[in-house]
Amino acid sequence: MVPVDRRKFFKITGLTLGAGALYRFAPPALGEGGGLMNALGRQNGERPTPFSFVQFSDTHVGFDGPPDPLGTKAFERAVETVNALPEPPDLVLFTGDLTHDSEKPGEHAARMKRFREIAAGLRATRIQCVPGEHDAGLDGGVLFRENFGETYYSFDHRGVHFVALDNVSRGKPAVGPEQLAWLQKDLERFPKSAPIVVFTHRPLFDLKPDWEWFTSDGDRVMSALAPYENVTVLYGHIHREHVHEEGHATHYASRSLIFAFPDPETGAPKKPVAFDPAKPFENLGLRRVRERPPARPGVEPMELTLREYAGTVGIQQLLRKGEES
Amino acid sequence: MKTALRFLAIASVVLATVASVVSAPARADEPRVIPVVAKRFEFEPKEIHVKKGENVVLEVTSQDVTHGLFSRKFGFDEDLAPGKTVRVPIRADEAGPYLILCDHYCGSGHGGMKMTIVVE
Repeated sequence: MVPVDRRKFFKITGLTLGAGALYRFAPPALGEGGGLMNALGRQNGERPTPFSFVQFSDTHVGFDGPPDPLGTKAFERAVETVNALPEPPDLVLFTGDLTHDSEKPGEHAARMKRFREIAAGLRATRIQCVPGEHDAGLDGGVLFRENFGETYYSFDHRGVHFVALDNVSRGKPAVGPEQLAWLQKDLERFPKSAPIVVFTHRPLFDLKPDWEWFTSDGDRVMSALAPYENVTVLYGHIHREHVHEEGHATHYASRSLIFAFPDPETGAPKKPVAFDPAKPFENLGLRRVRERPPARPGVEPMELTLREYAGTVGIQQLLRKGEES
Repeated sequence: MKTALRFLAIASVVLATVASVVSAPARADEPRVIPVVAKRFEFEPKEIHVKKGENVVLEVTSQDVTHGLFSRKFGFDEDLAPGKTVRVPIRADEAGPYLILCDHYCGSGHGGMKMTIVVE
């Protein structure tokens, strides 16, 4: 086994769009870390090379509640924005609640179809999804599997191992023993230095249990991942940004495309942030994620104001600004 | 006959005394049983008041679909299958309101399904 420098090399840089998050996988350039990358390539089977990917979350196609009179408009704008990027992302990951469930016969299936129609417009090499409880919580994931395939799986892309975890289709916030056993086996073949991206719907740590922002066996998932030195977890569910670092793992939550939840630390009740017609996209602003040595990335929120942006044109301007920044 | 009656009377008193000695501590420790109904998208009652250190058993029954009963504070996470009653013992030694959630997704509206245990 070739010894590998234990320093973190997996840098996530970029920015979130109002629509989601754009990440760039950036291993060190040849001069500064080429030896390390070559060693990893030998260990992992593929040498990590730079690429970008986007995370979308909580599109809730079909939701028609009062917090969001815009329906799928934000999702559709987000697709346009990603398609306008100078270089298309290799991957687009959807971290659950693609649709809002309905018990009217045929309606949930129609919402899945509508989601697929919008997502099919994305100019990306590959699109991967995991379910949220609104997609798979009532039927154990039957409809999700019919439309998108398995609810948990893994794949490799340019030297990065991606793991999709399902913590919703048991009805409970849990991955369950079968999936845990699968995960442990899935990870077996990788050296401890392998860059691993886990994407799932609910947080894998106790962010706010009273708001059901947790996964009951998330600690066991993170224990399975603990030996690995470069782990990134992307999730949704909480409809707001959040960064959490623990051990070798950094957890990033993406904003929703439907409405925001408040910060539970403020003591606010768990209710969607009210829609304000005067500031229709107040909670769809940008954030920039930067590396801030030595470890924790810095997050800089960028506020949207009515003076600068308004209406659906506003969101497009906002997203364009995000591209440029 | 009179002797026999007297014996029976004494025996009854003795038995009653023994029974009271045996059952008295059991009655003192007997938890208070509180029936709870779970249905989309609420628990009934929504709020339960208990005393610090009091032993309480929640007898929870779902009236429609599978619900969950979750509390990090009290350390339980139960599935509530429809029509089946689940007994959940609780005891709190610290005052405060504690939230109990349905953590088994039960439909749009699930996010608001909760109750509060107020420990006084």
